[in-house]
Amino acid sequence: MKWLKDNMKKIYFFIIYFLLLNNAAFGLVEVDITRGNLDPLPIAISPLYVEPGSVEVKVENDIIKNIGEEISKVIEVNFKRSGLFNPLKKDSFVQNPDIAHIKPRFEDWRLIKAQALVTGKVTITKDKLRTEFRLWDVVAAKEMIALAFSTTPDNWRRVAHIISDKIYQRLTGEEGYFDTRIIYVSETGEKTQRFKKLAIMDQDGANLKYLTLGNELVLTPRFSPKNQLVTYLSYFKNLPRVYLLDIETGIQEVVGDFPGMTFAPRFSPDGKKIIMSFAKDGNSEIYTMDIETRVVEKITDHTSIDTSPSYSPDGKYICFNSDRSGLQQIYVMKSDGSNVKRITFGKGLYGTPVWSPRGDLIAFTKVHKGKFYIGVMRADGSGERLLTENFYQEAPSWSPNGRVLIFYRETKSDADGKGFSAKLWSIDLTGYNERLVETETDGSDPSWSSLLSK
Amino acid sequence: MSKNIFLSLAFHSVMIVLTALSMPFMMRPPVDLPPILSVELIQITDTTSIPFAAKATETLEKIKKKQEEKKLVSKQAPPSEQKKEKPDRIPLPDDLDKEKKKIVEKKQNPKEVKETIRQASEFEKKELFDPNQIAALIDKAKEETAETIKKNEKLTQSSVKNSFANALTLSQEDALKAQIFGCWSLPLGLPYEENLLVRIKLKLKEDGTIMKSEILDHARMNKPGQGFYKVLAESALRALRICQPLRVPPTGYEKWKDLQLNFDANEMVKG
Repeated sequence: MKWLKDNMKKIYFFIIYFLLLNNAAFGLVEVDITRGNLDPLPIAISPLYVEPGSVEVKVENDIIKNIGEEISKVIEVNFKRSGLFNPLKKDSFVQNPDIAHIKPRFEDWRLIKAQALVTGKVTITKDKLRTEFRLWDVVAAKEMIALAFSTTPDNWRRVAHIISDKIYQRLTGEEGYFDTRIIYVSETGEKTQRFKKLAIMDQDGANLKYLTLGNELVLTPRFSPKNQLVTYLSYFKNLPRVYLLDIETGIQEVVGDFPGMTFAPRFSPDGKKIIMSFAKDGNSEIYTMDIETRVVEKITDHTSIDTSPSYSPDGKYICFNSDRSGLQQIYVMKSDGSNVKRITFGKGLYGTPVWSPRGDLIAFTKVHKGKFYIGVMRADGSGERLLTENFYQEAPSWSPNGRVLIFYRETKSDADGKGFSAKLWSIDLTGYNERLVETETDGSDPSWSSLLSK
Repeated sequence: MSKNIFLSLAFHSVMIVLTALSMPFMMRPPVDLPPILSVELIQITDTTSIPFAAKATETLEKIKKKQEEKKLVSKQAPPSEQKKEKPDRIPLPDDLDKEKKKIVEKKQNPKEVKETIRQASEFEKKELFDPNQIAALIDKAKEETAETIKKNEKLTQSSVKNSFANALTLSQEDALKAQIFGCWSLPLGLPYEENLLVRIKLKLKEDGTIMKSEILDHARMNKPGQGFYKVLAESALRALRICQPLRVPPTGYEKWKDLQLNFDANEMVKG
């Protein structure tokens, strides 16, 4: 009892202290939201309003009646293909394009469940096309971005792509890839006697052009990451030759003749060098060549076969495939050839590594149990993810924002398993959004350009 | 003599122990269902997102409270790691430094968020420990020390969960979460290698409408290379606007009028 009396003060203090502690625990209520829906963002693309009194647009003898509607269609197709957006059907739109562009009635757009809205206006004079657009956050009822572009009328598709890129960037936080082109090898004829021509088109398949005639075999065209230059391989008198092609001017240039078994020339990130593999003394090694000085430098020196080199976007590393371990695997080394490290250890063969323009991933083709896979992994070989599987597919090439891969796939062309067809396909990093890229003829070896408007 | 006393003591103590052991059985009311009921309740709330009717919730809560404490103790991380300091102890500068570090480490997103960013929010400025005031603290001794301890308590993970448990029951939390899950369209182009946590502090009206919302790591929005963060934050705000009014409990407004929602896309994107 005495003890109790003596320590009463302390006991009181502790009681109060614990009460206080308990009270302090009534803080801010926190709730963790760890799930959401991954549905594509519903977006309404209102046809662009064409100012009355505008002249009609003539593009190569075709008269485009409603250019505003055409532009909005191109944007819509771009977004649909990206897999990230869900463009809403136009017949559900309540508001007219002209009024929507000035001040949208957000309640109307909310009603059709749109979260973003694109409006715009086109003014056409004789040789000028002025296009302005606004992107609205329908839920917050505010403008997110507004821009205007002026150009010649025959450039209207590019304007549509640039607008798509701006909207994509504003809504996803990463750069778009719509204002780009794809170069590929167009193939016609029987499997044993294919005619191969270089072809180039916009990323949505429009504006197709053939760059070579088809009397020589062309292979592996690759875009320069800096500008609109292409390097490719062609056979001249049965000897492989590396060419440079300026797409803007159409001028071709021979970089050099190389011994047999030359493969896949590719640009360095600064566009000043070409890296490739060829067999000089009977064994395939990796070489670089300075485009200005034409000086050739040997990078690897190993008794095994080293091929398919690709630079990292900072130019410090090179990934390539080699059979030095007995089977074909992917290796990474410093750009001077030192510090060679094997990064793939999975079952099967790995080949055609391509470093993502974002630098975080390497895309590759994997062959395992007779099936071909296109996959990605981190630059250290971890986190391997196979995106698509088929009987024969290879040669992935990155979109400039490092989110989509384009590759080609060979299939039987009819149901009986006869015939032969090669088509271009694209798939994004999620692995779900796989799409056929429409081409006039069969196609292989696609390469994606950097953004034209950069 | 002493032997007798010893024996007597021994027998007495045995008796005392026996009584002490049997007492609880004697004192227990013959029919006492609540413990069984509450176990069931926890299972239900863990798996369902349907909120109970207001009245039922109240009565169930009463029963639950006793059990919940037990349950939460087992669920929690070990209670705050800080030393049990006597409140009248004058803190040494070293101790204060340690405390400060602890606060920063215990944040929700410990890796990426830098101090400069964190302090950008008005709400948090008050709560963060200011290292410049160490000297002042030493001078003021008693009350101030007690207050810092209190603040620490608020910021540690375990006590946050504690406070949370007092304000919203599991089913109420589930109902709110389920509602927001449905409204939140995650932007699909998010990068894999970044921290994808957006913390939004809300002031709510009694009916669940939002009076004020603030993004806590606001400075990160306009940082170069963090463009995705702005997009993510906007998507979270959009979700709240679509969801409005939030499904909040009909009672206890005082407890949840300030609500912090942590929109965490890490799990969804990285898998």
